[in-house]
Order: sequence, then C-alpha cells, then structure tokens
Amino acid sequence: MTGKTPGEKTMKKLLEIGKLIVLSMFIANFSLCSSSAGAGEKISITGSTTALPVAQRLAEDYMERHSEVSISVAGTGSGDGIRAIIDGSADIGNSSRDMKDKEVKLALEKGIKPAKQVIALDCIVPVVNSDNPVTDLKIEQLRGIYNGKIRNWKDVGGNDKPIVTVSRDSSSGTFEVWQEKILYKDKVRPDAQLQASNGAVAQAVSGNKYAIGYLGIGYLNSNLKALKVNGVKASFETTKTKVYPIFRELFMFTRGEPTGPVKAFLDFVKSPKGQKIVREEGFVAIN
Amino acid sequence: MTLTMGEGDVQMSTLSAGGNHASESTTRGVELKVQEGISKYFFLAAASTSLLVMALIMIFLFREGLAIFGKVNAVSFFFGKAWYPTYDPPEFGILALIVGSVSVTLFSSLVAIPLGVGTALYLSVLAGPTVREYVKAAVELLASLPSVVLGFLGMVVIAPTMQELLDIPTGLNIVSASIVLAIMAIPTITSISEDALYAVPRDNLEASYALGATRWETMSRILVPGALSGIGTAVILGMSRAMGETMVVLMVAGGAAQIPSSLFDSVRPMPASIAAEMGEAPFGGEHYHALFAIGIVLFLMTLVFNLVATYISTRFQQKGASTL
Amino acid sequence: MTGAASRRYRMMTERVAFGIIRLLAGLVVITLGGIVLFLIYQGARAVNWSFLTEAPRDAMTKGGIFPAIIGTFYLTIGSSLIALPLGVASAIYLSEYAREGWLLKLIRLGIQNWAGVPSVVFGLYGLALFVVFLGFGVSILAGSLTLGFLILPTVIGASEEAFRQVPSTFREASLALGATKFQTICRVVLPSALPGVLTGSILGIGRAAGETAPIMFTAATFYTKHLPTSPLDQVMALPYHIYVLATSGTHIDQTRPLQYGTVLVLISLVLGINIFAIIIRTRMRRKKTW
Repeated sequence: MTGKTPGEKTMKKLLEIGKLIVLSMFIANFSLCSSSAGAGEKISITGSTTALPVAQRLAEDYMERHSEVSISVAGTGSGDGIRAIIDGSADIGNSSRDMKDKEVKLALEKGIKPAKQVIALDCIVPVVNSDNPVTDLKIEQLRGIYNGKIRNWKDVGGNDKPIVTVSRDSSSGTFEVWQEKILYKDKVRPDAQLQASNGAVAQAVSGNKYAIGYLGIGYLNSNLKALKVNGVKASFETTKTKVYPIFRELFMFTRGEPTGPVKAFLDFVKSPKGQKIVREEGFVAIN
Repeated sequence: MTLTMGEGDVQMSTLSAGGNHASESTTRGVELKVQEGISKYFFLAAASTSLLVMALIMIFLFREGLAIFGKVNAVSFFFGKAWYPTYDPPEFGILALIVGSVSVTLFSSLVAIPLGVGTALYLSVLAGPTVREYVKAAVELLASLPSVVLGFLGMVVIAPTMQELLDIPTGLNIVSASIVLAIMAIPTITSISEDALYAVPRDNLEASYALGATRWETMSRILVPGALSGIGTAVILGMSRAMGETMVVLMVAGGAAQIPSSLFDSVRPMPASIAAEMGEAPFGGEHYHALFAIGIVLFLMTLVFNLVATYISTRFQQKGASTL
Repeated sequence: MTGAASRRYRMMTERVAFGIIRLLAGLVVITLGGIVLFLIYQGARAVNWSFLTEAPRDAMTKGGIFPAIIGTFYLTIGSSLIALPLGVASAIYLSEYAREGWLLKLIRLGIQNWAGVPSVVFGLYGLALFVVFLGFGVSILAGSLTLGFLILPTVIGASEEAFRQVPSTFREASLALGATKFQTICRVVLPSALPGVLTGSILGIGRAAGETAPIMFTAATFYTKHLPTSPLDQVMALPYHIYVLATSGTHIDQTRPLQYGTVLVLISLVLGINIFAIIIRTRMRRKKTW
C-alpha cells in the first residue's frame, strides 16, 4: 500500500523539484551576498511616504560610496517612522511632520530622547490646467476655493466657469500641510475630489480645464500651470528663504543623538552631495 | 513534512527490531503505546495551537480597537459622516467608509452574479467534458490572480480609459473599483454555484425531460430553483470576498471619504482606509485605535456574511438521490 | 399548427437563453485570457536576465527586482513552514481523533469563517502581535507568521476534507491487521489523502506569494540592495514592490515598464504554482481507484 500510492510517487517527485528550487535560490542568494558587502553595518530607515523617493536615492548613492554599509528603506508613513524610532525597530525614522506631544511623551516614558534632523524642504504648489488664465491667488482666495465659499473662476479673475477642486485625501501628510497653512480650521468642501497621490492630482488637473489642485514641487510638469501664492512664485529659492508661504520640513529622527554609521549617513545627507540628490528628486535643499 | 513523519516512523521500527530479541514483542508493544499516546497529544497540541491563533486574532483586534470607544462615542463613530483623523480636533465618523464598502460590494455583485452564475450554468449544462475542464481551470486561475495585480490593472488601464471615454472627472470611482472586484468575486460564485447545480438530483431533470420540457425549460424551472440555496451561498461568499478585498479598493476606488452621490464618485472603503492610514497614524493614538476599530467592523461584517452563507447552505441543504 | 408554433417559440427562447449563457461564460474566459496576454505583452519588454538578477538602481527607475524575488521566496517558504505542519497536524486531529459533536461543529464553523477574514485584518493582527507585542519588528519572521496564519484555515480545510474522503474501510483494514492508530494514520490515511492535502497546501502557498496587505506592515520594505541574512531582516517583496512603484514616488511614469515587469514575474510565479496544483489534482483523480 505505502510504496505504491500515487500520492507518494508524486510527493517524491515534488520534493525533488522543491529541493532543486530551494537549493538554487539559496545558491543564488549567497553568491550575490558574498559578492556584495558581507556582514557590514546595517542601517534601517522607515517612515514617511513623501520622503521615500529621496531617502531611497540617498541610500542608494551612499551605498555606492560605502559598500560596507547595508541600508534598507521602507515607506509606510510618518507615524510608523516615529513609532519605529520609539520601539527601536529602525535606526532612522522619516517624517513629514514634527513629533506630536503624545509621541514625545511615549518616547520619554521609554527613556528615549529622539533627535531631529531637517533633511529637506517640501513646498506645496497650487496648480491649474494650462488653459486657465488665472496666474496668482491669495491665501484667502485659496481658502475660499477649498472651503467652498468661492465656486466660480470669475470670482478670482478667471472665466465664468465652475471650479472643480481636487484635494489629497484627508489622512495624507500633504493634506495636513494644506489644512494647516491654507484652510486653518475650515473643512475642505465635501464635494472636492480626493486623490490618493500627488501623481493622481497632477493627472486630474491636467485633464480638466476647470480644475485646481495642489502638489509637491517635484511633481510639476508641463501640462500644469503653477500658481503664484500672494504674488510669490514657488521655487527652490523662495522656499529656502521662506518667502513662499506653503512649505514644510522633512525630518529624519533618530533614537538619541546619532552615532557611528547612522551619523555618517546623516552627515552625507546634509552634505552638498546629499542635498544635490534632494534637489534632483524635486525637493528643496536646506543649504 | 508529511513524508518525514512517515520516515521517522519507519526508522523507529527498524531501530526497535534491532534491539533485544527476547523482549522484543513486549518492548515493541510498550513503545507503540507510548508512541500512540504521544502522537495523539501532538495532534491535539497542533489543533489547539491553530484554535489559539484564531482566538488571538480576535483578542488583539478587539484589544486595540475597542480603546477608541473610550474617547469617541459609538454613535458618532458609526454614524458620523466626517472622517478627518488628522484634523485638530480629529473626527472619526466612519459612515462614509461603510457606505463606500457597501456601494462597491453591491455594485460589484451586480456585475459578478450574472457572469459567475452564467459561467456555472454553462459548465454544468452546456460545456462538453474537455471544454469544461479547461474553462474550470481558467476560472480557478482567475481566482488565483493576486489582488495587487488586478488593482494595478484597474489603476493604469481601466480607470484612465473610463475617464477618457465617459469624460468624467476621475476614473478612480465606484464603477471601476466594482468591475475589478467583480473579477475577483466571479471565481468564488462560479465554483460554489457549479457544485450546487451538480448536486441537483439527476432524476428530477430526467423527469422534466420526459415530460417534454426543453433543456432551457428544465434548466430554468428545475435545475436553478433546485440549486438556489447553493447559488445564494455562492453569491454571499463572493460579496464577502469583495467587501474584504484591500488592494483593489486602495488602488482603484479613489480614496475620497465621502458619501457618494453618483456611481462615478470616488469612495474610500474600509480596507483602503486601514491600509492607507495605518502607517501615518501615531502608534497607540486615537487614529491608530480607530483603524483597528474599523478592522473590527470589517471583521464582523464579513463574519455575518459567512455565517449567513453557512446557515443557508445547511438549513436548505439539498435532499435527493445525489446529495453528497 | 399552434403546437408547432409554440414549439418553435420554445426552441427560440432556448437558443437565445443558451446564447446568453455562452456569452457570459465566454466573457469570463476572455477576461482571464485578456488580462494574462496583456500583462505578458507589456511585461515581456521589461523582463530580461538582468531584470531578474539585479537590484534596483537610479532611484528605482533602472535595474531589476532580484531582492524582491528572493524576499517573496523567503516569505513563501517561511509561511508554508508554519502553515503546512500545523495545518496538516490539526486536520489529522480534527478528522481522526476528535469526537463528532457540537464542539467539533463549532470549530469547523470557526475555521471556515476564519478563511473569510479579510487579509488586511491579518495585517493588523500581525502588526499588533508579532511586530509590536512580541517585538519581532518588521521582519521576515513577522511576515511569515502573518501569512502562515492567513493560509492556515485553507490548509486545514483542504486537508480535513481529503482525510474524510479516505474510505473508512481503509482504516478498518489497517487496524484489523494489528496496526496502531498512529501507524494507520501515517501509512494509510496520509498517503491516500496526499493529493488532496497537497492541492490545498499548494493553493494556500500560491495565495501567500501574492498577498500584499498582510505584509505591508509586517515584512516588506521599499528598497534594499543587500539580501537578508537573518529572519529578523526586512525584505523587498514582489506584490508590495508593484504597489509602491505604482502609487508613490516622483517617477511613477518612468518606472511603468518595471511595474509591468514585476507584475509579469509575480503572475508567472502564482499562476505557475496554481497550474501545478491543478495538474497534480487531475492526475491524481485519474489514478484514484476507490
């Protein structure tokens, strides 16, 4: 009975195939492992999705210069980045917002004094379709458009057409900045289209003549028209000098003052070489 | 794993065979008894571990989720229309998210039911044996497509195409999410419906043919009514799958936490909210607990769907010659 | 005359109705075929040897997905190491030892419903239990446990079903020959039920390979060049890679070919696993003699 069931024969064949696959994967793994850095120093970075592309580029570039260091970059969200610092599951936590009181308290309770590094600035730019004649809006006008008091382009110097507002969804970091700098305590009009990413906003606005949206400066493209805010054009210059009003800082948090390889990496991030990468990724450099 | 267990057993018996010949049979007997006792408890331990894991899921979910009700009252949580978790002060009303989930689930079942049940009818009545084998395999493969792949297709192909064709503000809306969800629900509906159709007694069908009914008449008046409870189970399980699906709604539904006024509005179903915001929520804060509470709601809603499905399938179990 | 007319009318109805049914079934098959062909067409342009063997480069816009392939491989193996032994052993207890009664019914109901729990809920569970409470952090270990428990009910359900289909005469014959229950299970019940157990397990593994939501917060990372050296390392994973590349970053359009390439690799893997299961099942069915 035992030796002859079809089950066992197939099982044996299966096991053979399985062993082969597993073996080849392990070989592939170790051959690649040994060719790149062996044990080396490990740095794990997690947190903000906004900072993800720039953190990835920085890590990639840094590893090319320092092959003994192994960096992994994850992007789950700012809250997760700060949590990871507090419970020690990552060395660096990216965040597009400062720590909240509650988080500071939680960290102190665990005897951790998080250290904060500003690694880049991000400015958020209102955009309209390139066919739209409007070029400049005041913060009050933007607030009116987004809280629903202004509903027609003619009220802000445009054509007699309804305004289609495009916003980021209410839990995103970009929305948080927009809320803080533009809406204050007002709520975004309920019929605003809520898009899940900067890219989606760009797509929605470039495809709709009457739309207005907002996105990170790195996402501007030729199909969109960036609006001046209070007469100030968004640029790396005006953001750095903080003349342009809608900006935020991107942070890297560490458990206490950084030391060793983490410090070396953060120094690289803030160096001219690191900041060049920041600019290339569409964010505003800090120096 | 299964094979090593068998091998171990064989080895053990050869070992004991090489032992003392005089007391061989008694040692062997004791050994077997011990083995018997141990093995029973081993399997019991495995089964208990599995059940423990199951219980732990609920315990952790409820432990993290119920904390929100200390800060937000249940009525404003379930019936509040405003989901502004990052505002100061935050608002945690999940009505829009529930409506989002319900709307995509309902609309996707409108698409999936005819296609799923139709395919099941085709398989059980019209298809020849070879075609049947291949179509069944195709349906199974459809079921195995990872949700992120379908979500990706919905996002980069279906949504932009729809936006262009219909000239609507956004392609990421209830309709496009529902179409993708329907693709995921069809295999569930088809395979369970087909089992139900297969279980309808052949005698009944033959009696119908003998009375001169056409195949269509037999199908529509004998076969389908006979399998109705099974088809009902299939539909409910399909809906349950659509409701719990995360990646598709995260990528295709648009993500607007609003109560939709048209089928082309964006919505933010519950799983999408959990997946998108879990990383943003400060650990241990209200937002974090609120997301776990949404997890509880989702868990309970799918649980009800599954229980109803189980109830229907046992309560109205088909009786007859070929009942399995 | 009227009889003939009504007969003609009835046949017409039948033809129309069957036409519709064929159309519906055809649509389903065409959908699958269309999806697969489209993805092969789009993905084939991106997939080549270096795509499969290199780490991502130049802000993820160039290079390959090797670390993600390895990561998915580890997660899949890890989750099956957890789900298969535990699942099969549990199923043996439920079908061979446990006494029929309300408790067993309740347990079966529980397992059945457990299989319907949304995957994102498993993600929450994994985050709360493994990542935070047990302190595994975001790691292969935490992700494997989460995925393993996600597919556990599938494995238990399929295995128990397979055990129950083994005719009781097999067991009785074995016991009558003086074999103990354990011997009977190992040498009679398990081998006979193996095809069913295998199919269920393989389908479960296929599911584990393609899941995204459960590993988002428990195992997956966006970028790492080096491969994991311990179970507590984070890994890239194919499904998560698709999701992140498609939704965030400043180069979404530039990485589109890579996204299609990754999709093609993932569906080849998952469909391959499933086709494998289907082949085993049909071959076994043919050989089955009882």
